[in-house]
Amino acid sequence: MSFPLAAKPHRRRRTALPGFGLTLGITLFWLALIVVIPLCAVVIRSTGGGWEHFVAVGFSPRAMAAYRVTFVSALIATSINAFFGLIIAWVLIRIKFPGRRLLSAAIDLPFALPTAVAGIALTALYANTGWIGAHLEPMGIQIAYHPSGIVVALIFIGLPFIVRSVEPVLADLDRTLEEAAATLGANRWQIFAYVIFPAILPALLTGFALALARCVGEYGSVIFIAGNMPKISEIAPLLIITSLEQYDYPGASAIAVVMLVISFSILIALNLIQGGWRRRMGDS
Amino acid sequence: MSEVTNRRTNQRLPAKTKIALNATLVLIALTFVFIVVLLPLIVVLYEASQEGWAAYVAAITDSDAKSAIRLTLLVAAIAVPVNMIFGICAAWLVTKHDFRGKDWLVAFIEIPFSVSPVVSGLVFILLFGAHGWFGPWLQAHDIEIIFAVPGIVLATVFVTLPFVARQIIPLMHAQGRAAEEAALSLGASGWQTFWHVTLPDIRWALLYGVLLSLARAMGEFGAVSVVSGHIRGETNTLPLHVEVLYNDYNFVAAFAVASLLAGLALVTLVLKSLLEWRHGNELKAQNNS
Repeated sequence: MSFPLAAKPHRRRRTALPGFGLTLGITLFWLALIVVIPLCAVVIRSTGGGWEHFVAVGFSPRAMAAYRVTFVSALIATSINAFFGLIIAWVLIRIKFPGRRLLSAAIDLPFALPTAVAGIALTALYANTGWIGAHLEPMGIQIAYHPSGIVVALIFIGLPFIVRSVEPVLADLDRTLEEAAATLGANRWQIFAYVIFPAILPALLTGFALALARCVGEYGSVIFIAGNMPKISEIAPLLIITSLEQYDYPGASAIAVVMLVISFSILIALNLIQGGWRRRMGDS
Repeated sequence: MSEVTNRRTNQRLPAKTKIALNATLVLIALTFVFIVVLLPLIVVLYEASQEGWAAYVAAITDSDAKSAIRLTLLVAAIAVPVNMIFGICAAWLVTKHDFRGKDWLVAFIEIPFSVSPVVSGLVFILLFGAHGWFGPWLQAHDIEIIFAVPGIVLATVFVTLPFVARQIIPLMHAQGRAAEEAALSLGASGWQTFWHVTLPDIRWALLYGVLLSLARAMGEFGAVSVVSGHIRGETNTLPLHVEVLYNDYNFVAAFAVASLLAGLALVTLVLKSLLEWRHGNELKAQNNS
């Protein structure tokens, strides 16, 4: 009975819904215009001064120092956030206390607060006259206008990524496993280390990678607090701006390409880890 | 042996140790969030009020500040609707149709999230700047993009591109195609199906995505900073105006303008939390709906 219908030549037969051509056209046009062509421009322009110029600027001692400062600061900040973010996610999901919803809303503030505002606020806090900086100075700890200021700014920026990645997984965790472990004699720490932590580790790593990628590219909050000393507290995005101000477009593009490679590598690594994880979970 | 003792201690002291442990964890979490997240917010308001109400009002009603507010609103009013339409198109395409390369398309939509804001601005300088690919042509035709409003809009569009799409794609994917197919088989047109079947199901998630992109559009600093040229009264958005005032050592005014942005962030958070509490189920992708 339905043969005549099925025989009708129709290439995308699985869906009868209209709008394929229209939405495909708009989506591809807009993606090409806003994302693909501009990013191609960076890659092409970076080689505009020749390969030697790319290496000379993209891997100059000053640029290498900037990548190191950027990456190490991001790594330290994200590690601190991984630890505290895990505690915060745990507290939000597992413990009932007054003000839980307020705490949860506050976690998203770094997403909502413009980075420039965060930058000047953190500088005001950690300068040697600030509320926190004034207490740290007698101890000989300097944060504002010092490389450690970068870490402080990146802790602010990265926190929500960790909490929001871990939270849903922790909420969906099967509690019966923990009860089983408890009846088998595991203590609280053992339950956490052998039952809960392995289950939330993939989510924690996801949050870690997202936060790291975001921190590596961060600009607004960092430049106010960092002091921006070349080779000491100068981050890679700032170096791009410096090159731009000298009209060195190929140089700025070279640094941008190195940064794009770094952040895409982080995300690809994340995908590989998650893929491996899923396979292992599927096998067992 | 040790396991047996563990079990005993576990059973003997559960209530007391559990309460102590939980209290410690809550305290750690609250302290960390207070120092890292809330103190910066409080210090903005404190610094803004340093020279009294009159100085505060003067700073935010200054003509440069007013034009920064106008420009910020204008940029958001262009970038957000444009990306909303893009997001809906992309989501319809990806969730209601099958085609090869779909995963790649979704990955491309998310690219702006992983690009440094500074690079997001740089790309448009390379295209439209004085020494960019289209620079000479634009100059010959007297069109200004870089160091002018169109450049700021472009950079903002780039940065906010994924927000709406990312919010509604998982939801529309989970909702499937059955409702739309039913509507079509009953004789509805494509547009009718979208307006009366799809849109009501995704409206809260759509609003959520718009809210997030609005906040980002008004607060974006790095990308806009690269393309704006910082011309006072002309190409300064609110975040850039904060920077200009701060670099002039005009701290009270800088924090006063910053407090406007902080207020905006707070409003965003309140609306976002309201959406999550009221319509949490409709925001998240549910398997069986």
